[in-house]
Amino acid sequence: MIIAKQKDFADILRMLEGSRRVFIVGCGECATATETGGAPQVLDMKRRLEAEGKEVVGTDVAHSVCQELDLKRLLRLHKEAVERTDVFLVLSCGAGAQSLRDATTARIVAGTDSLFLGNSLRRLDYEEKCSLCGECVIDRFGGVCPVARCSKGLLNGPCGGTDHGMCEVNPNKPCAWTMVYERLKQQGRLDDLKVIHPPKRWDQARRPGRAQWRPERSEESRRVHTRTSACTLPGADEGSDEGSGS
Amino acid sequence: MSSFREACRAGSFVVTSEVGPPKGTDVRGVLGDIDRLKRHVHAINVTDNQSAVMRMGSLAVSHEVVARGGEPVFQLSCRDRNRLALQNDLLSAHLLGVRNVLCLTGDHPWVGDHKEAKPVYDFDSVHLIQCVRKLNSGVDWVGNALQGATDLFVGAVVAPDADPLEPQLYKFAKKVEAGAEFFQTQAVYDLEAFARFMRRVRELLAGTKVRVLAGLLVLSSAGMARYMNRAVPGIYVPDELVDEMVCETKEDAVETGMRICARHIRRLREEGLCDGVHIMAPGKAALVPRILEMAGLGDLG
Repeated sequence: MIIAKQKDFADILRMLEGSRRVFIVGCGECATATETGGAPQVLDMKRRLEAEGKEVVGTDVAHSVCQELDLKRLLRLHKEAVERTDVFLVLSCGAGAQSLRDATTARIVAGTDSLFLGNSLRRLDYEEKCSLCGECVIDRFGGVCPVARCSKGLLNGPCGGTDHGMCEVNPNKPCAWTMVYERLKQQGRLDDLKVIHPPKRWDQARRPGRAQWRPERSEESRRVHTRTSACTLPGADEGSDEGSGS
Repeated sequence: MSSFREACRAGSFVVTSEVGPPKGTDVRGVLGDIDRLKRHVHAINVTDNQSAVMRMGSLAVSHEVVARGGEPVFQLSCRDRNRLALQNDLLSAHLLGVRNVLCLTGDHPWVGDHKEAKPVYDFDSVHLIQCVRKLNSGVDWVGNALQGATDLFVGAVVAPDADPLEPQLYKFAKKVEAGAEFFQTQAVYDLEAFARFMRRVRELLAGTKVRVLAGLLVLSSAGMARYMNRAVPGIYVPDELVDEMVCETKEDAVETGMRICARHIRRLREEGLCDGVHIMAPGKAALVPRILEMAGLGDLG
């Protein structure tokens, strides 16, 4: 899920300066699980803003703020409040906050900072294991992604900064390369460590990302289409709208 | 042609040292260090934003080494440049008369003085070595023909006291396979451990002409030794050396640090433990010729 943390309330107030009527939007997915923008946090934010003299004209927790069609439907339900809204305060991730942009012309303020795609280790304890780099390579590394989990994203072994198996950049984090080594050793696959891996192909992770699939396509053509629309062709966004990607 | 490369190929016991570019434009200090070192060592490393602290460029100062009649080893780190900028600097290095390059991953910006900087690491050190070999062969990274190839002697680093060591050795072997022709090690103080490390390394280097230079960082106080043990991963100063560094005065401590360094050089050379030494004396380049004198390497011939 997307790990975000709520901004300091003072910062939120500063961003809301000049806008009196606020509509607060939470999210039923990641922001609820991470307790940054679920129903309790939305209500708490409402109370605190009202204590500061803001008028909270509406609140809701969308099933999933990043589902843009659902979000438009949700705002239609609140039509009257939305029309009075000066500013939307969104307590989801940055993607969710931008979903609103197509649903309203009012100001949008993100009340959180989006941090990373995180695995939940236990309640309110998250770790980044994948950085969405566009080309999964964990099969070569004992199931550990060095792109995401090595501080330097090194593909051919550790730097000199491994400190008793921990990372010198963040001494609380194990060195990804020690993890790779230990697992390959356990699996009797240490020869994998002799292979020189080429640099990452950053063209596979060109940003901003865009993928558009058509349900009727076969798996084969879906794969080809994804690559052309998301990564390979400059200006593929326009082309793929016409269904000309294949 | 690099005379450092000649010395390496001839099988001489090679000696290198290093200088650090200034933070700012006042180059009097670094030029003085270059002049103090150039006649006493086979080559002078020029550090590249060392410890992720922003400084004058290693390429510009490497060129100054050339201009002053010395021979530079241009340190090039993957931290601050993507693959276009790395190749760009390597071609520029050739133009400026630089003929040796040391390929480094580079300390993370987080340990330096620009913590908010974006780390690059588009290449790792293995890729950078491969890349230099490609430029030497007349093509760029993606295989496009160059108008004129580079002629660079390519080196890399290895950390003998890394913990754990095994993954480090796998990476070392990859650097050799990628085409590294010489290695400088992280600072070593425990020569017994270093001898064990070198036995492993010699096995990996069997059949190659790759040269390994032991990194020697001159101690200047017992406090410095304790600090490195506490805070610098990959450097370990044995207790007896820390004790030896406990001195009445600062001057005595510097003298003792020099004596230890000279003693280590002698032993490494006499026992044939490695192929040369890389002496680091940050801010104290003037000590290096005296250390070499003490070690019986006053005249490199």
